[in-house]
Amino acid sequence: MNRARAQFLLLVGSVVIAMLLQLLPLPPSIAPLKPFWLAMVLIYWAIETPERVGLGMAFFLGLLGDVLAGHLLGEQAMRLTALVFIVLRFRARLRFFPMWQQAAAVFGLLLNDRVVVMMVRGFSSAPMPSSLFWLSPLVGMMIWPFLFILLDDLRGRLRARES
Amino acid sequence: MRAAESAPLFSDGGVSTIRLIAYLALAVILMVVDHRGHWLDQIRARASLLIEPAYRVAALPSDVARSVGTAVSSQQQLMDENRELRQSLLLAQVRLNRLDALSAQNERLQGLLEAQQRLGMSVQMAHIINIDLDPSRRRIVIDAGSSQGVVVGQPVIDAFGLMGQIVEVLPSTSVAMLVTDPSHAVPVTIERTGLRTIAVGNKQHGDLLELSNIPTSADVQVGDKLLTSGLGGRFPAGFPVGEIREVSNDRVGMFASALARPAAAIDRSGEVLLLHDLPQPYGAPAPMPQEGPPTTEAAQPAASGSTPTPAAAPAQKPVATTPIQEPQR
Repeated sequence: MNRARAQFLLLVGSVVIAMLLQLLPLPPSIAPLKPFWLAMVLIYWAIETPERVGLGMAFFLGLLGDVLAGHLLGEQAMRLTALVFIVLRFRARLRFFPMWQQAAAVFGLLLNDRVVVMMVRGFSSAPMPSSLFWLSPLVGMMIWPFLFILLDDLRGRLRARES
Repeated sequence: MRAAESAPLFSDGGVSTIRLIAYLALAVILMVVDHRGHWLDQIRARASLLIEPAYRVAALPSDVARSVGTAVSSQQQLMDENRELRQSLLLAQVRLNRLDALSAQNERLQGLLEAQQRLGMSVQMAHIINIDLDPSRRRIVIDAGSSQGVVVGQPVIDAFGLMGQIVEVLPSTSVAMLVTDPSHAVPVTIERTGLRTIAVGNKQHGDLLELSNIPTSADVQVGDKLLTSGLGGRFPAGFPVGEIREVSNDRVGMFASALARPAAAIDRSGEVLLLHDLPQPYGAPAPMPQEGPPTTEAAQPAASGSTPTPAAAPAQKPVATTPIQEPQR
């Protein structure tokens, strides 16, 4: 029970940090490269603890992200729901992939997310982002191993302390 | 788990497609409703207790980085910076002294003409909260909000020129759209010729302005300065907006289009000024008789004709997000 709660706190903490990282400014020349932090954290939790991260949670967190970013209510909710659905569908494989394959899968997921963004932008007649925007999944892919190891390590420590 | 063994590729990890479709449909409905009705602004106004602290916390790392940068910068750098600032202050002071004489003269002349308008305007200083909402949309967050008297539509300037306008106000923060945002347009005149046109944020380069649909016969050159024209009633006239960097014909060849670099230090400013007064009508006062029944049609924007003087714009213009006004050719 206590352990479950500690894990829940870790989940909440990582999501909050991801949302803050999403707001973190970068120099304007590389700003479009900013990875979709919230999606990457959610991918991790969907792979590791699918009983906690469902479609509903992805939707809710997406709404929160939308309220923070202030563009279009439902945009991030849609992106995250689609993403978490794919992860949960292929979870059994993703989980046992070697790291480089997993990173490649994350790249694919984030690329798919970019396509969804373009669709939403197109339909809402919002300005189209610059071409650097397509490189952001690449950055996400390179960050993924570190994020995975970091979160796994934190989770392992929690487990070790509890037992 | 069991399903994973029987169907390894499409193992249904407890997610059903029906639920996905339901959530996606819900998201689409939300987006459409928000796109039409702008619910998000209202929700954000309610949720400001959550949003504002998040913005402040997210800005902390860059604030710390900046103060660390100041702390470790050498004394030589600080001395150089100090000297530069003192020189520019001296220059500004000299110019200001001359301006004082000019404005006194201007006031006297205006008194002679019995003109109504005043050039003076009150400004409010605000700091930029260093966060990034979305790199593809050019917005900044400012640490002054409705409790400091900020309202939607106020022009935002810095020391060098026009930066943008306030588009959203929360209790103690507000969001400003920069002039370089592709959905922002500002009515400008070219200082040298008086040609009126509209500067829109450029889509390809995030940090440039675009003047499209200039007649090919118009006299526009690289290096021309753009000033706000005061038409549309949103921005006061005479603020520097940018400088033309490139003039070319558009694809069809019917019109010329130009790219301009914004005058304001959009990427470097730490402090901005919010103009308080709504823009004053500029130019000759409208021939409005003091006696007789008041007419609302008296202050028509006389944008036709080729005189460079922009006419008095209606001061009570309904609030629109982007003050686009058709240029007259």
